[in-house]
Amino acid sequence: METTAKQLELIDLSKTFITHTRGEVKAVQHVNITIKPGEFMTLLGPSGCGKTTLLRMIAGFELPTSGQILIGGKDVSSKTPDKRDIGMVFQNYALFPHLNVFNNIAYGLKLKKMPKDEIEERVHKALQIVQMDDFAQRVPAQMSGGQQQRVALARALVMEPSVLLFDEPLSNLDAKLRIHMRDEIRRIQKDIGITTVYVTHDQAEAMAMSDRVVILLEGVVQQVDSPQKVYQRPSNEFVSNFIGKANIFEGIVKSCDNQRAEVDIQGVVFSVPETVDYQVGTPVKIVVRPESILVGAKGFVSTVTKSVYMGTTQDYKVQCNGNEVEISDNNPTSKRVYDEGETMEFSLDQDSIHIL
Amino acid sequence: MNSQSVNNSTLAGRKFNDTLRRMKFTFRDPILLISIVCVMIVVLLFILIPLITILKESLLDGGRLSAIHYSRAITSPFTRDIVWNTLKLGLSVSVLGTVVAFIFAYAITNLKLPSKRMFKVLSILPMISPPFVISLAAILLFGRSGLITRGLLGIRSDIYGFWGLMLTQTLSFFPIGFLMLTNLLQNIDPSVEEAAQALGASQFKVFRTVTLPLMAPGLANAALLIFIQSLADFGNAIVIGGNYTTMAVQIYQQGIGSYDMAGATALAVLLLLISMLAYLIQMGVIGKKSYVTMTGKAAKERILNGNKRATVPVYTFCMLVSVLVITMYALVPYGAFVRLWGADYSLTLRWIKYVFTIGMKYIVDSTVLSLISTPFAVILGLVSGYLIVRKDFLGKRFMESSILMAIALPGTVIGLGYVLTYNTPPLILTGGSLILVVALVIRSMPVGTRSAIAALKQIDPSIEEAASVCGASSKKVFTSVTIPLIRPVFFSSTVYSFIRGMTLVSTIIFLVSAKWQMLTVAIMNQVDQGLYGAANAYCLVLIGIVGIVMGTMSFVLKKLGVNLEAGY
Repeated sequence: METTAKQLELIDLSKTFITHTRGEVKAVQHVNITIKPGEFMTLLGPSGCGKTTLLRMIAGFELPTSGQILIGGKDVSSKTPDKRDIGMVFQNYALFPHLNVFNNIAYGLKLKKMPKDEIEERVHKALQIVQMDDFAQRVPAQMSGGQQQRVALARALVMEPSVLLFDEPLSNLDAKLRIHMRDEIRRIQKDIGITTVYVTHDQAEAMAMSDRVVILLEGVVQQVDSPQKVYQRPSNEFVSNFIGKANIFEGIVKSCDNQRAEVDIQGVVFSVPETVDYQVGTPVKIVVRPESILVGAKGFVSTVTKSVYMGTTQDYKVQCNGNEVEISDNNPTSKRVYDEGETMEFSLDQDSIHIL
Repeated sequence: MNSQSVNNSTLAGRKFNDTLRRMKFTFRDPILLISIVCVMIVVLLFILIPLITILKESLLDGGRLSAIHYSRAITSPFTRDIVWNTLKLGLSVSVLGTVVAFIFAYAITNLKLPSKRMFKVLSILPMISPPFVISLAAILLFGRSGLITRGLLGIRSDIYGFWGLMLTQTLSFFPIGFLMLTNLLQNIDPSVEEAAQALGASQFKVFRTVTLPLMAPGLANAALLIFIQSLADFGNAIVIGGNYTTMAVQIYQQGIGSYDMAGATALAVLLLLISMLAYLIQMGVIGKKSYVTMTGKAAKERILNGNKRATVPVYTFCMLVSVLVITMYALVPYGAFVRLWGADYSLTLRWIKYVFTIGMKYIVDSTVLSLISTPFAVILGLVSGYLIVRKDFLGKRFMESSILMAIALPGTVIGLGYVLTYNTPPLILTGGSLILVVALVIRSMPVGTRSAIAALKQIDPSIEEAASVCGASSKKVFTSVTIPLIRPVFFSSTVYSFIRGMTLVSTIIFLVSAKWQMLTVAIMNQVDQGLYGAANAYCLVLIGIVGIVMGTMSFVLKKLGVNLEAGY
């Protein structure tokens, strides 16, 4: 498969639905994103956040209320899906039930009136990529969900589209297969180097696959960043809670230079990496991941309310000055384990703290 | 694309803007625009405008607005009798028909009985045969020179009238209820009934306290369906009604027989209102989600009830009905070879010869017109169903409700509407073959639309979206994906449309001319003149043609591996 990867630009894209029951619903609001050639971009958010609407606008199934969609610099906003040069993989595979695997994949090539031997060659190559060479004569009803999804992927790839779209492709598969398939999709995407937009509500999937992640809430983009950035430096409280678990502490800036800031959290002062120049005395919110809490270190005193052994970690919930704090203590075998009701002291790993 | 056009601040205004925008989106594809316009034109010209013309004519007297036709109709005791006749018959047939339908459906789904297959086939038979095979046979059995009445009992009784109509309509229309109720009964999860049994209810108690209440909306729906059919029935009513005149027949007799079009229109509007009311109630019943569909498909096989106290009476009943139906269907072909029913039972080929010489024109015209109208009806049905389920456009609800409503329209009302509308400029169609084709198409297309809607709702739209992403235009998506996916509907629509074309009486009786004739009208005329031999022979030919076409179809379909029954 060869594609000349193209850039996908979403310019001030909005979509408002007018419904009978709820009046106006702003599904997508003023989205500006540029997806670079060959990039794997994931749209992530809770259900109803507008990610599917956004994808369906890119595909051409929904008409934007305003804004533009450019593929390779060309405006495709008013084109029908068949004229957009895109490939798409659907949640429920959407294979043509009346055609066998070969004809499913060859469907689009036949529409292009491609010579027969070329069709055959390309279909077999696509089947090889998804490792389904032996299944050409099967019909969809005779295959498992994972196999069907591979065929669906081959059907999208064989057209060598400029942009490949995925609409929660793995959510109908069982947990183990889901992990296997996400690695497969990522491997194939990297090999071919195709520009990809991937919709999911599963944050682990987003983290494992993407070059960059778009986090959406109620139609508004919250953050566009690499998985690491999104996890380590979430832009707001919603993002910090949506990606992984987060403890939010309130603190006051004590001093600040352009590399670190000293923050007073309930009387304990931490030196936090921070490039923003805060005024002394500014109240701030601080995100601390459960695994960035140092159990047993001096700092805060708390009461353990819940203690669960998870194998790789010992997870706690503790009460500290009226706040509930979640703690995940790594590799607990060699450490002291606190029981419910016990008093625990803890501190924060100051290099892993992030000011919101 | 700019958002400045949204300058209406009211929600209604924005909704309208939004609709326009979505239309623009839909109409990026010219094929879609063309097909929407085509369906809309058909709906307007051949369903709505004729009805509006009837309404208009009924309110005009010599060019002036007047309610005189209505007041004349209401004050005339004759008309009042007719309305009462129609309602009395409709209610009786709907109750009786629903009971028979339920017994048959229950026997097939819940009881341990032999000869189920025969019951199934026999109960569907009246649906696909010409409307008056049953009434013709009833005359042969119970008429003035009937086999049983005169031959066996030696009485000169009279089947013509209420009792004869009730018998023939019940036999003709209970199959509709039977199909519907069978479907519903099969979808009741057996574990619900088993749960009641486990709680200590006897089998009869389970039936009375669980099965029957669960079926209540279904039974109401079946009763209304049969009621609508009875209201609209023309074939049985004209053949066996005798002096018991119903509205559907009176509309024809007043309009065509007595040239009192205006009087006919008032009656037609009345009949239309009653039918529409029944139709709306039926829609309401369906709208209230029946309990049954919520449990979904039965998870396991039902254990059939073998209790003799239930099976023996039900089996006896089904058997009696079946024997009656078999006898009736055997009598008509037999009667085609009998010299003079009631007097001279010697065999003859006279009627067959008659039909193939003098009657040849009827046979050829009917077959040709049905063959022409079938593809139009099928394509219009599928396309309109597709547009309604899958596409977004202004007037979609209007299109859907107009077409589905047309299923409940009495054929005589439509026929009258065509005569009134297309007998005068700007568009004169009567007298030719075109209006007959139109009538045949309109009488069968809505059923195709309804089954296409039902089938498409089962199919995930992303399959079609996948095709369009692969580069297929909307026309290509329809022909290469949608049609193959709803193949059973496609074929059953074809069969249905053809049969419907061959057997239709009510609408076309207004439209036949010297140039174009129909087989069913010929049968009706023969019965009218008491020439039962010829009528029987025509029926036999009709059944033969339908049989040949269906046989060819199912042979072709078997080769293609399509299950015909899956479509309806």
